[in-house]
Amino acid sequence: MTPQDDRPVPPATDGGAPLTRRQAKDTARQDEVRLENAVETAGGELPPPAVPAPAGTAAAPESTLLQRIMTGNALVAFLSVVLSLILGGLLIALTDPNVARASSYFFGRPQDTLGAAWTAASGAYSALFQGSVFNVRGESFSQRIYPLTQTLTVATPLICAGLGVALAFRAGLFNIGAQGQILIGATFAGWVGFTLHLPAGIHLLLVILAGMVGGAVWAGLVGLLKARTGAHEVILTIMFNYIATNLVLYFLSTPAFQRPGSTNPISPQLDATALYPPLLGSAFRLHWGFVVAVLATVFVWWLLNRSTVGFELRAVGANASAARTAGVNVSRGYILAMAIAGALAGLAGVAQVSGTEKVLTSGVAASFGFDAITVALLGRSSPWGTFAAGILFGAFRAGGVAMQASTGTSIDIVLVVQSLIVLFIAAPPLVRALFRLPAPGAPRAGKGGTTTRTPASTGAAA
Amino acid sequence: MSTATTAPARGTGDATVRSWKNPIILSVVALFALLVFALGAPGNDVTFRLSEENDPIVLPSIVVSAQLIGWLAAIAMIALAVLAILHTRARRKVPTWVPAVFAILFLIAFLTWVVGSARTPNVALYGLLAGSVTLAVPLIFGSLSGVLCERSGVVNIAIEGQLLFGAFAAAVAASLSGSAFVGLLAAAVAGVLVSLVLAVFSIRYVVNQVIVGVVLNVLVSGLTGFLFSAVLSEDSERWNSPPRLPVIEIPLLADIPVIGPILFQQTIVGYLMYIAVAVIYVALYHSRWGLRTRAVGEHPKAADTLGVNVNRMRFVNVLLAGVVAGVGGSFFTLVAVSGFGRDMTAGQGYIALAALIFGRWNPIGAFFAALLFGFATNLSNVLSLLGTPVPDQFLRMLPYVVTVFAVAGLVGRSRAPGASGIPYIKG
Repeated sequence: MTPQDDRPVPPATDGGAPLTRRQAKDTARQDEVRLENAVETAGGELPPPAVPAPAGTAAAPESTLLQRIMTGNALVAFLSVVLSLILGGLLIALTDPNVARASSYFFGRPQDTLGAAWTAASGAYSALFQGSVFNVRGESFSQRIYPLTQTLTVATPLICAGLGVALAFRAGLFNIGAQGQILIGATFAGWVGFTLHLPAGIHLLLVILAGMVGGAVWAGLVGLLKARTGAHEVILTIMFNYIATNLVLYFLSTPAFQRPGSTNPISPQLDATALYPPLLGSAFRLHWGFVVAVLATVFVWWLLNRSTVGFELRAVGANASAARTAGVNVSRGYILAMAIAGALAGLAGVAQVSGTEKVLTSGVAASFGFDAITVALLGRSSPWGTFAAGILFGAFRAGGVAMQASTGTSIDIVLVVQSLIVLFIAAPPLVRALFRLPAPGAPRAGKGGTTTRTPASTGAAA
Repeated sequence: MSTATTAPARGTGDATVRSWKNPIILSVVALFALLVFALGAPGNDVTFRLSEENDPIVLPSIVVSAQLIGWLAAIAMIALAVLAILHTRARRKVPTWVPAVFAILFLIAFLTWVVGSARTPNVALYGLLAGSVTLAVPLIFGSLSGVLCERSGVVNIAIEGQLLFGAFAAAVAASLSGSAFVGLLAAAVAGVLVSLVLAVFSIRYVVNQVIVGVVLNVLVSGLTGFLFSAVLSEDSERWNSPPRLPVIEIPLLADIPVIGPILFQQTIVGYLMYIAVAVIYVALYHSRWGLRTRAVGEHPKAADTLGVNVNRMRFVNVLLAGVVAGVGGSFFTLVAVSGFGRDMTAGQGYIALAALIFGRWNPIGAFFAALLFGFATNLSNVLSLLGTPVPDQFLRMLPYVVTVFAVAGLVGRSRAPGASGIPYIKG
């Protein structure tokens, strides 16, 4: 499946839109009708779109509730997670020294090997759970829920940057550059944070604004280059990531950024007025950046589903030529989509520099920019899906650190599980085949190669 | 990569429409060269050493005045810019040799200026070039892998993963078997495994190819990182101490100054690289298989109509690309250093992707683009030792900035294969 779903852009419902948008809407409406017809004539050959379509189009009318559950996307997503966790557990078990020892006499006492394998995998996963959701061994209530707040802290930049990647996807742009945008956003925000000394409130507001501007400029440049020269955004954003890393390293070697008296590439601490206040008291690291992430999610939802700009962006993403014919300024759409995406990634940079790290280094973005891509893919580029995926991956990351500390299982296993989840979710036919689930819309059609068919509209993204 | 072709169509379409982009860029760069390389030239001489003292054939060093070279190059560049302006005014196409010569002049002027401004204005040209080729070897394999995939219509973002998995498999297999050649074979197999996932997901399950590629890179990074800490670092004597591939020196030819070490003093991976470039170039443009590959990548429907099995062709090409990139990955653990390290490819796969686009989806072009990247990386290494006025970070970002300019159209338009990235569904 594809990042920007294949649903046609639904006609906007507000009556007060300018007349020039009229044509666009009409075209879109016609497209929708045509596509619905196509879905019906395809006779159930098409899998459901990335986001559940309105009732009646995807599922065959005579399908029962059970069939709908069996063919639904939620089940595929759930099974993908389970399957990935099983595969990850196998990997943990296979590399466990106790398992290796027990397997030397596997045919004598096979239960020893299986027991050791179960102990290794379940131990790692229970440490992962306790490090990310609920610590059973905690003495006070705040100690028990501490892991959950850690999860939300880690999820904050993931959600912000993931929203940026998702928004660009919806406009048909493959934004691999969240990493660079986070870095530049954090640089702008950090500079305002430790250079200007302003009263509380205004200072933080300026820091947030600076971070968003930094990310927006960095990503908007990519949008501009793409719109003007037709250069491909995948290459541009990858290159911009490297340029950003080197640029930040350079800044951190100049007197304007480097901590006085230090030879390391590290900035001074941000002023206290420039930091996000803690959300649940100073015992927890969770800060108000998480609230900003929630607000950002609401904003992106509103932008994509309720605003004219979002409508145009989705039109550009669905079919750039059709959008151009309908009077949408595609170049402006590219620049705008990238700039907003960059501003969101910049918010992630702010969350890092003035929430978690409180200081600017070249490693301030960690690998959030790359994780954000998987977050957006898992969230199917919908704002709330990205939000949920961000929290899931935040839990993986926070729990992974705890797991590595307590059982010695490398945190890299988290990367494996995460990428497997995205791979499986991207290929619903594979998951259905593995679990012998019926194909959607064609419960009795059984096998046949038709289940792999997908509307081929989104090659444009690649 | 199909959308790359939409916007600039109006700029370069037919000869009657004047495009001022090239003349303007050339003029700006020429003025920059005048200001920096000519007016800002250091007063001292620059020495380029061509051979070592105890080489069989000793060449004298080239000693030039930085100011003379700076002025000559700047004036020549301005002349070329004027030529481009005149051509454009007369509504004629600017000849293709103009930007090429311009780029070479710029390179010479830059090199002279930057070495001249260093604390020790003396550089071993042979070492600079040989090091560039060495650094470019994995890039070249990676971009060849990209050529094979993209020419058949599959975008390969997973080059990074193929290289990394190849490096990992080579290290483990060579350590266990004690033979570097077994490691080389294992690297090829590992590359094919990554390719297999890419092919199955993008061709059989029609998942967006860029998504599969990105996710595969994460998967390989996580998998190798996990195995590295769980297995390799636990007992690195057994798992992670591969023997190195021996350097095979071809007698006499290896003694030729400057180009001898580059061409005739390589490991088997280095020789395989030259062979791979040549074979893929010839096969792609002068064989039936190549014609079919290109047809499938440009217009799969037409190819299908003429009886070519589009998806099988793509599948085979993606697997072949895995062999190429996997062998390239073995360079990291069998040639460069002896042993695997976490994420040791460090984004080289993405640079290979850029080299592929810079080289216009052509094996020879990708080869030279990768060499340029290797040269830029090596130059920044050498210059940071010599001590230059340019901050180290700017030298390091040079290859990436060059790529951005290249992709944005400085070196003419590069056009992706028509159907690259678009899955083919028969019917």
